Amino acid sequence: MRNKLHTILAAGAVAGAILFAGVARAADTIKVGILHSLSGTMAISETTLKDVMLMLIEDQNGKGGLLGRKLEAVVVDPASNWPLFAEKARELIDKEKVDVVFGCWTSVSRKSVLPVFEELNGLLFYPVQYEGEESSRNVFYTGAAPNQQAIPAVDYLLSEDGGGAQRIVLLGTDYVYPRTTNKILRSYLHSKGITDADIMENYTPFGHSDWQSIVAEVKSFASAGKKTAVVSTINGDANVPFYKELANQGIKAEDIPVVAFSVGEEELAGLDTAPLVGHLAAWNYFMSVDTPENEAFIEAWKAFIKDENRVTNDPMEAHYIGFKMWAQAVLQAGSTDVDAVRQAMYGQTVANLTGGTAVMNTNHHLSKPVLIGEIQDDGQFETVWETDGVVVGDAWSDFIPESAKLTADWTYPWVCGNCEAPKYD
Amino acid sequence: MTHGKSHFLLGDRGGLVLLASLAVLAVGVPALNLGLGPESALHVPDYMVGLLGKYLCFALLALALDLVWGYAGILSLGHGAFFALGGYAMGMHLMREIGDRGVYGNPDLPDFMVFLNWQELPWYWHGFDNFGFAMLMVVLVPGVLAFVFGWFAFRSRVTGVYLSIITQAMTFALMLAFFRNDMGFGGNNGLTDFKDILGHDLQDPATRAVLFSLSAAAVGAAFVIGRFITASRLGRVLVAIRDAEGRARFLGYRVEYYKLFAWTVSAMMAGVAGALYVPQVGIINPGEFAPPGSIEIVIWVAVGGRGTLYGAVLGAVLVNYAKTYFTGALPELWLFMLGGLFIATTLFLPKGIVGALPMMTDPERGQWRKALAVFRNVGKRKAS
Amino acid sequence: MKAILTLLVAALVCALVAAPGAHAAEPDLTELIDGLAAKSFKQKTAAVERLAATGDPRAVPALTAMLEGRLYTLRTDGRVVVAEKSGGVFVLAAPLTGESLGQAVKKEIKKVRVNNRLRGLLRGVLGGLTLLSPDMDTRRAAVDSVLKARDESMLPVLEKAISAERDADLRGRMEMARAAIRLFSRQDPDARRTDLEILSGHPVPEVRSLLAEFLAGPARDDPALVEAGEEALDRVERSLEMWEMVGHLYRGLSLGSVLLLAAVGLAITFGVMGVINMAHGEMVMLGAYTTFMVQEVFRSSFPGAFDYSILVAVPLAFLVAGAVGVAIERGVIRFLYGRPLETLLATWGISLILQQTVRAIFGPTNREVGAPSWMSGAIETSTGLVLTYNRLWIILFSLAVVGLIALVIKKTAFGLQMRSVTQNRTMAASMGIRAGWVDAMTFGLGSGVAGMAGVALSQIDNVSPNLGQSYIIDSFMVVVFGGVGNLWGTVVGAFSLGIANKFLEPLSGAVLGKILVLVAIILFIQKRPRGLFALKGRAVET
Repeated sequence: MRNKLHTILAAGAVAGAILFAGVARAADTIKVGILHSLSGTMAISETTLKDVMLMLIEDQNGKGGLLGRKLEAVVVDPASNWPLFAEKARELIDKEKVDVVFGCWTSVSRKSVLPVFEELNGLLFYPVQYEGEESSRNVFYTGAAPNQQAIPAVDYLLSEDGGGAQRIVLLGTDYVYPRTTNKILRSYLHSKGITDADIMENYTPFGHSDWQSIVAEVKSFASAGKKTAVVSTINGDANVPFYKELANQGIKAEDIPVVAFSVGEEELAGLDTAPLVGHLAAWNYFMSVDTPENEAFIEAWKAFIKDENRVTNDPMEAHYIGFKMWAQAVLQAGSTDVDAVRQAMYGQTVANLTGGTAVMNTNHHLSKPVLIGEIQDDGQFETVWETDGVVVGDAWSDFIPESAKLTADWTYPWVCGNCEAPKYD
Repeated sequence: MTHGKSHFLLGDRGGLVLLASLAVLAVGVPALNLGLGPESALHVPDYMVGLLGKYLCFALLALALDLVWGYAGILSLGHGAFFALGGYAMGMHLMREIGDRGVYGNPDLPDFMVFLNWQELPWYWHGFDNFGFAMLMVVLVPGVLAFVFGWFAFRSRVTGVYLSIITQAMTFALMLAFFRNDMGFGGNNGLTDFKDILGHDLQDPATRAVLFSLSAAAVGAAFVIGRFITASRLGRVLVAIRDAEGRARFLGYRVEYYKLFAWTVSAMMAGVAGALYVPQVGIINPGEFAPPGSIEIVIWVAVGGRGTLYGAVLGAVLVNYAKTYFTGALPELWLFMLGGLFIATTLFLPKGIVGALPMMTDPERGQWRKALAVFRNVGKRKAS
Repeated sequence: MKAILTLLVAALVCALVAAPGAHAAEPDLTELIDGLAAKSFKQKTAAVERLAATGDPRAVPALTAMLEGRLYTLRTDGRVVVAEKSGGVFVLAAPLTGESLGQAVKKEIKKVRVNNRLRGLLRGVLGGLTLLSPDMDTRRAAVDSVLKARDESMLPVLEKAISAERDADLRGRMEMARAAIRLFSRQDPDARRTDLEILSGHPVPEVRSLLAEFLAGPARDDPALVEAGEEALDRVERSLEMWEMVGHLYRGLSLGSVLLLAAVGLAITFGVMGVINMAHGEMVMLGAYTTFMVQEVFRSSFPGAFDYSILVAVPLAFLVAGAVGVAIERGVIRFLYGRPLETLLATWGISLILQQTVRAIFGPTNREVGAPSWMSGAIETSTGLVLTYNRLWIILFSLAVVGLIALVIKKTAFGLQMRSVTQNRTMAASMGIRAGWVDAMTFGLGSGVAGMAGVALSQIDNVSPNLGQSYIIDSFMVVVFGGVGNLWGTVVGAFSLGIANKFLEPLSGAVLGKILVLVAIILFIQKRPRGLFALKGRAVET
């Protein structure tokens, strides 16, 4: 008897999972996959993006959906686990048969799902600023490329208005985005006449929480008789203890300004910003920008999330733009077919929340304005500088020799994400 | 001892069932995946093949842990490290196979080295072009690390929770090391964007099916090896060490060598699991070294039931299936379900699912009664 | 920039040193202040210059308000006002007279924006103005501004301040500032050597910076001067280096105290009771969220007493985390005694559930926990050593917590019972000790202490559902390194790991430093398989 049960159980456990395959349901709705971590270390940033997507979908359904069909959100939790991202992406495309996926935050999660999207010809909208050096035919990058964030920010630091920095500290978390960005910046700084002796580079692990030594080191680096500024690519959780340490060691923005690329309104929500006034961030969007579109967006967000104190940030705008563009492309193509929608995406325009118009380019990156803002004591940023018009996102940086020769263009005759010559000539 | 060779396997019904199911899976899943069209009700979709393959790799890893925990009493909180090292060895080979098909088209260097300005391949990457060498490294690197680590730890008689915590320190230190981009293993992004293995396209369902069958075969082989070890004289000494290390030592057994043997074999098995895992999920990164991941392995074994080998396989598959299911079906609530499962298992199934079976068949004599007795005793203790 | 400053300060100084009688006509000044609200930063800079050029000290409140971001314009008529936020509205005041102008809502006013360059300018101007302030802290800040700006035109007022200064330390700093300015303005080599002499006695980073600049610039052509300069720089650097070691030590102590706080609760639940408590980090997190809740109540109900919120949070966090701990012990762990490895499994499950519960209630994002004023800022010694107040308090707090626990264990009836149950449960029970109750209270104590640690950690780290996860591994390392079951071992373990880490960090970088410490722990355990302070006796083997 006992052994029989063992038999059933052992067989059932290994084989039983197969039965769960399930039959795909009839496609009476347009399915939108949402691939953002709701637990684990990245939940802190990504949960908000899931909520934004739900809001945008609800809003679109209020307007009657698309092509006469309602939109249906399919939410999964990849739990900040990179292989799980790949598994969930496959589940969304292969099993749930979603028409499009909005998701990912970290570069590694994108790298993990990339082969899946390319193999199954899915469509991913990626909303976060990143290191560039990529252009997949199956991904649309709605966040900033380095030339839409890092380079303008450094330009500002070196300018008279930004304090005329002559020494630069590059602080970052040790992963590919800071490494690549800093590499691009170093070569850019060289072109501006700043030598290696005047550049300090330092990397810390994820979630680094003890910044005493590094902040002290920055202070001492800054005491060499030249105006010094810090460029921070410190990621996520590590920022709060970093800024707390800055404040406590009394580093004032007018002495050593810190410009950050990963610190937005959400990150500041966990901080008392009064001692940080004047430190900077470079983004394509700030909640404080005063336009009717932005006001409506913030109002809708607060109503949706039922919390008057919630803030909006740059990746949220990226999803907003990405979703609008996708919806327009679906209408233009008259179908949710991935190939048709992709063709329809090129040249699609959407009004930015900060004014001006975002355009989707054939390299799958957006043209967007760049803003530099100073931290205020209420946890918001105030724009102190912005580009005249929009900046075209560069998939391949001009400042890395290997990548400068590459072109991304998904229209004829190039039809390629990383080529030195057109595929068809 | 006098047990014949047939005994060590045939005496274990649960094990035989496991082997039979693995054989059915190894043949059946690829057949149903490749042979039948998607319209057929029995068709196994592609993603399911990958998913089951992943479960089998975890099952192999759990089996490896059960060999040391269930039989030698060594609770490792660092088995993820051996798994990841095996995975990296495989990943490095797959990176080399990409050749000049990377985005920068550099024939000598992987993409991540190109854009970090590396001029030449670091010495420890040499040789990984060769599949055989890479496969050797898959077992050798975790094996050597385990041997050196175990050599020191077991001879110094580090036991119990001290040993558990230093295994955790080991995997944590390795995680931090692999996170560093300067190490030359791709940093946080790890190794990814693999193209093919031995010339076979990794995205081809046929390649996937073969990898799946190999995983099933590996679990089967590991089970047979594990059963052979545990049923042998050596296995009995291991159990003796688990139950009373001091006595075993006083009886004249060189406890550290027995432990070291089981520990090294287990690490090699974990390395193989990692090597099979990487081509099926398409990425290896330092996250696999993370200490919580290694704790999870312990939990698979505990849920399945330690000290049976097939219990570990069962636990790994069940817990991971539950994770897959709940993260999709209840994305906001799945941590409650999983957490609840762990608490319930410890409280009501102290010997895991496998251990719970007798008590279902015979509630008068089984574990159930023992579990209830615990509650009763607590009541008594309180009253006294 | 520098030229502008010279001009401005000169004007201000003239107005100050001379009798400040001849004010410009009043309407003129109002007009100039309204000019601060100009559209571009260039125009604003010009407005500040013009205002400062009047040399009228009555401009100080307006300039200060501008620096601190309290200067606004009315949307109706473009008038410049000082606005102070009070609840949902802004209280308005005239920048010149300070008279009240009623209230306004956010939509009716517009902030006068400043950037870093303007802030630097404002601070320099105000620094010159406040060097003679009666308040000592203001004067000290003013000297720092003067030292940073290093402007010749400030010399007269500096001289005046030096002769009026009674505090010896501050006068020394003023003399240093004077030497710093003169070093660049005087041409006479002998006079310069005197300045160098003075400066070399002040090992502060600013002096190092200006000496480096001096050597690269004005001194270049005079070998004797270069030699003297290098000697001074050498002296400054040597003593800076020494103070830097003190800094490392302080930072190591501080990291050690954080580790100690995180681990000390675990030293009880794990060390004393043998429960492999994976939910320990979540108890720390609960303490941090309790702090957040307490501060929310203070913010809405007693904003005036905000500085004391932490003092209320400490006992409350102890109670909240302690109560959860008792519930966990009664609900789950008491069924698992004697099976330590299974406590790992169950508490891991509990930790997942607690994390997700907090995420569901408070959301996944960081929550803001403010610092009371007595925990903000730092003591800056004249040698450039920065001792941050929050870290200082945390070091003291951690020692106090350990002292308190030692007291409870050694001197109270409960402590006696706790020790007896740990040593021999059956015997203790037969002596009439309620072993179950003691278990619950012990676990509650360990959890409660973890909650108190959460209050301290909320001051330096994120308050998010992941807070506990980031400390759990370090905590286990500390307890095991120190020796399980030994409180003293935990203390020594925490501080030695903290200090080792901080001395390694500048040499090898943060990541490698941490790896080296971990490897050292692994090797150390080989040498002493039961930690730093091993328990002895038969109990060890079981």
